[in-house]
Amino acid sequence: MNIVVMLKQTPDTESVIRIASNGKSIVADDLKWIINPYDEFALEAALRLKEKHGGKVSIVSYGPQRVVEAIRTALAMGADDAVLIDDPVLAEGDLLGAVKAMSGVVKELNPDIICSGARAVDYDQAQRGAMMAEFLGWPHLALAVSLESDGTKVTIKRPIEGGNVTLEASLPALVTFGGSHSIWNPRYASLPGIMKAKKKPLAMKSLADLGLNLAEFGGSSAKILITALEPPPQRPAGRILNGDLELEGKASELVRALHEEARVI
Amino acid sequence: MPKCVCVITEFREGKFRRVSFEVASEGRRIADALGAHLCAIVIGSGVTEKASELGAYGVETVYVTDDPALEHYLTETYVTVTAAIIKACDPAVVILPASVNGKDLGARLAARLEVGLAQDCVEVICDKGIIKAKWPIFAGKCFAWSEWTEGTIPFISCRPNVMDCLMPDETKKPSVEVIKVPIPEARSRVQRVDLDTAGKIELTEANIIISGGRGMKDASNYAMLEELAALLGAAVGASRAAVDSGWRPHSDQVGQTGKVVNPNLYIAVGISGAIQHLAGMGSSKFIVAVNKDSDAPIFSKADYGVVADLFQFIPAFTEEVRKYKTTCS
Repeated sequence: MNIVVMLKQTPDTESVIRIASNGKSIVADDLKWIINPYDEFALEAALRLKEKHGGKVSIVSYGPQRVVEAIRTALAMGADDAVLIDDPVLAEGDLLGAVKAMSGVVKELNPDIICSGARAVDYDQAQRGAMMAEFLGWPHLALAVSLESDGTKVTIKRPIEGGNVTLEASLPALVTFGGSHSIWNPRYASLPGIMKAKKKPLAMKSLADLGLNLAEFGGSSAKILITALEPPPQRPAGRILNGDLELEGKASELVRALHEEARVI
Repeated sequence: MPKCVCVITEFREGKFRRVSFEVASEGRRIADALGAHLCAIVIGSGVTEKASELGAYGVETVYVTDDPALEHYLTETYVTVTAAIIKACDPAVVILPASVNGKDLGARLAARLEVGLAQDCVEVICDKGIIKAKWPIFAGKCFAWSEWTEGTIPFISCRPNVMDCLMPDETKKPSVEVIKVPIPEARSRVQRVDLDTAGKIELTEANIIISGGRGMKDASNYAMLEELAALLGAAVGASRAAVDSGWRPHSDQVGQTGKVVNPNLYIAVGISGAIQHLAGMGSSKFIVAVNKDSDAPIFSKADYGVVADLFQFIPAFTEEVRKYKTTCS
């Protein structure tokens, strides 16, 4: 079974996010970078599929050279090879352009199944997987919290508001992953894995290397652009309910405040 | 004659989901700003007779595709039908719900129609005819404003519970047009749908959320929060620490990995306030923190802080809420 995992590198979820002086990007110098957690769930699921069905797991990513660290981690966890599209033109464009560029690479890998995070914890656009499936003309199943495959089809459970849906697709298909660390419990890279990862193939490609027409990517072809970032609204300073009060006093004061001041109960 | 604004609605179990009225109301505001007509897309099974309800929220034309094959949301079929209707009505702006299904539909539509989609928006403005939309990034640690390049139709999904519903005017009736679209052969299938019949309130749509964290110490202690939640009509959430410990299901997780919520009232119980949790609940209207550690970061976000042992405070608070509810009813 050939499996492709779409991987993005994102700032660690414990990062403090600051807006850069240009007003439309974030300060990136001092961030700690990780594999997007949802892509890590996708990778874990892909590695389990490989353990069951054989075959190989390929990583496809885009971004600058710092992404190599995330890819090496994925290779150390057990992926077999990787392609990184590193081209500054993509950074000026939108997600549609980036996914279109990746779709050519993915086609060449001829996968049976593509695994991708349902969203990335940075820009949270939640579109990459669906877009890839559309460019390939494949079905996609979104937001998997469980996955089973017999090699010809794939079945997932998908949480919706107030329930769950069980979906099935014939392969080839794309699956996006939701859930949490507690569900997927992604493996750690072992020391031998880290040693082996250094020798695994990692191809760097520019758009020109891929034979793509640069005019179809980047800012001039983008449909949607971020024009400004703004910090979240400042919350007015709160108050600690009177520390002198006994427990019951604090409880009744909280009920009073929520009813009379906040008017939420 | 300016083009129309088109809203995509969501229908389940014989009725519109509330977010449908939210996007219709937002669509009305944008249509008014553009001087445009407001139309809506309703697809599903058995939807035709309910379609005119959208008139109360300012929709003038409803396009309906009603087919038993559309009973459950399936990306392949819904995208094809929706795309066909959008092409026919040629809108200036498309607005849809950022619900679980809406986000999925929007993403695939964006690729099929080669448009730009701003997902999970919390504010949409029309500035001299230019549409701009704001959406949270890094789970709300920051916000991005998007604009669309010339010649691109803005697609905007709106976060549930954020856009105000217009006061419904039941006297307004839209024209309803039934559109026949051939349902494509799909390579994916819905095998089963299990809806929670216990009446559990969905976190992303709840007005009040009570969340428990590491301080809850054990799964069984959540009974205390469930009791309080039942009194307040609230949903119960959890921190990542609580979910990782196996005390609560992953669907209850609030945070940057998990659900981003925006209730009127968020009560954080025994949650210290890791940055990734604060990101997920920081846009709640009012925040109450209950923690015995007065230095816990959660207090920096709280409108009301209670420094106390939660095992003593929550029963006392529940009792006070019960008294208050009895006197009011």
